[in-house]
Amino acid sequence: METKGFTISDIHRGLVEKEFSATEIVKGYLNKIESLDKKLGAFLEVFQEDALIQAKKVDDSIFRGDKIPVLAGIPAGVKDNILVKDKKCTAASKILENYLAPYDATVIEKLKGQGAVILGKTNMDEFAMGGSTENSAFKLTRNPYDFKRVPGGSSGGSAAAVASDECCFSLGSDTGGSIRQPASFCGVVGLKPTYGAVSRYGLIAFASSLDQIGPIAKTVEDAEIVFDVIEGKDPKDSTSVEFKSQIPNPKSQVKGLRIGIPKEYFGEGLDSGVRKVVEETIEKVEKEGAKIEEISLPQTKYAIPCYYIIATSEASANLARYEGIKYGRSNIKCQTSNLLDVYLKTREEGFGDEVKRRIMLGTYALSAGYYEAYYLRAQKVRTLIRKDFERAFQKVDFIFTPVSPTPAFKIGEKINDPLKMYLVDIFTVSVNLAGLPALSLPVGKVEVEKDKAGKNSASVGWLPVGLQIIGRPFRESEIFQIGKITEKLV
Amino acid sequence: MISKKEVEHVAKLARLGLSEKEIEKMQAELGLILDYFELLKEPDISQVSPTFGAGIAPLENIMREDIVKKESPQTVGKITAQAPAKEKGHFKVKGVFG
Repeated sequence: METKGFTISDIHRGLVEKEFSATEIVKGYLNKIESLDKKLGAFLEVFQEDALIQAKKVDDSIFRGDKIPVLAGIPAGVKDNILVKDKKCTAASKILENYLAPYDATVIEKLKGQGAVILGKTNMDEFAMGGSTENSAFKLTRNPYDFKRVPGGSSGGSAAAVASDECCFSLGSDTGGSIRQPASFCGVVGLKPTYGAVSRYGLIAFASSLDQIGPIAKTVEDAEIVFDVIEGKDPKDSTSVEFKSQIPNPKSQVKGLRIGIPKEYFGEGLDSGVRKVVEETIEKVEKEGAKIEEISLPQTKYAIPCYYIIATSEASANLARYEGIKYGRSNIKCQTSNLLDVYLKTREEGFGDEVKRRIMLGTYALSAGYYEAYYLRAQKVRTLIRKDFERAFQKVDFIFTPVSPTPAFKIGEKINDPLKMYLVDIFTVSVNLAGLPALSLPVGKVEVEKDKAGKNSASVGWLPVGLQIIGRPFRESEIFQIGKITEKLV
Repeated sequence: MISKKEVEHVAKLARLGLSEKEIEKMQAELGLILDYFELLKEPDISQVSPTFGAGIAPLENIMREDIVKKESPQTVGKITAQAPAKEKGHFKVKGVFG
């Protein structure tokens, strides 16, 4: 069957009302992957057999007359840095090319507990380091709106798959924008939860004080459904937090809500088309009765260096575990290698350029004589950035910004200039540094120079633009509320 | 901004083998990035304490009893099976001395 445009609620309703079976639905998505993914490149591996077995289980359950959970039978994609038991988990790195996950990540346990159907693992930048998915050691993922452009990253496969109906929703991870930016580039919804809202157990660590797992979906409602399933304290992640019970229900009206617009996010470097789409959206929300206030986040210009020092430092420590002894690719069988050679060669052969660059930067920033000048200084600037937001949230309920300064860029455009690639993250990294929740919501499209070869797709020439809605810590429910209202206005 | 010798030193600290060509490339790229990081010298941080953790939840130690949970031999087998070199259920490494 045709799966075009289905949301979680569409499928759930169809299953409950017996309009179609889970098997039909899953086959529909598998067919879509079969016909499209050679070109799109969103999936690294597809679990056809397991997916159909799981679908059958859901069908049996419906046949018996059981009440099924909301995610039962819903086909999902999972970023390849999240462990799914007995499946390969590579983080798109050669060093983990044949690594088999010995257990399920907590988020996967929760999805499976609902009866969700995991269709496969999605492509990403190696170890989630990058903003274009071009750093995958295995394949290129293309933007569904224009195959000559990147899907964003690092959760590029997860976003492209949802946008192309290769799955109904997906999981990504966000360390500096890796859910929100690809969601924006591919025209889907993505949530970076508050730090601690979702367990990181079973997520291959990149930067532990910044990483969060979150949903990528077609609608805000779908993102909320998935978030409600995966959130919560987990004894296996001591940084996870129980928070739901303390938070009041959000207001369902825009009237009287105060929305802050940080002037630093609308300055030089912001694409004029993106600016127009975002500003028009803000006007629409204002017409509904929201109070729009210009605010200032004065430390914004320090966010990129601050983020890249902290993220690479933590990464250099986290990636020390790939040494060719316990698992993964190894040089240990080489007769002439001594112990040090095993480490050096395993890592030289196993890691890609960007990962090596970040390990080097992080090691440098943490090394004797530089710790105070780099890492400690960055952690102090992080405090300033956090305080910017604390001050802002005394005056406003939400902060609206663009997700990315530009729409999706061309494949190859930035990959040879690491600093240029880092600067793309300017609007997303502060949120991770401050630990806040933020939603990427598609709010319009911009016209870009038509590609002369792009005659086979009607949508070539138009690229999606995302609005970023930043909220107070653990107030995801409020973000979903305003997100749903804004979604209807655009 | 960063010398070749420093690049080699850091690579050694990181246990990262780099080819001669990579060292040169790394020196140029890291130099540019570190120059850009100089921006962080601007803000006054003399009265600021660092953020450790994400700064959201109160920083407190999360304690639990130190209980060994026995894993099934299958799970243990699955984990050790992935070691590139092993002997009798142990990870095998090269000699530490020499």
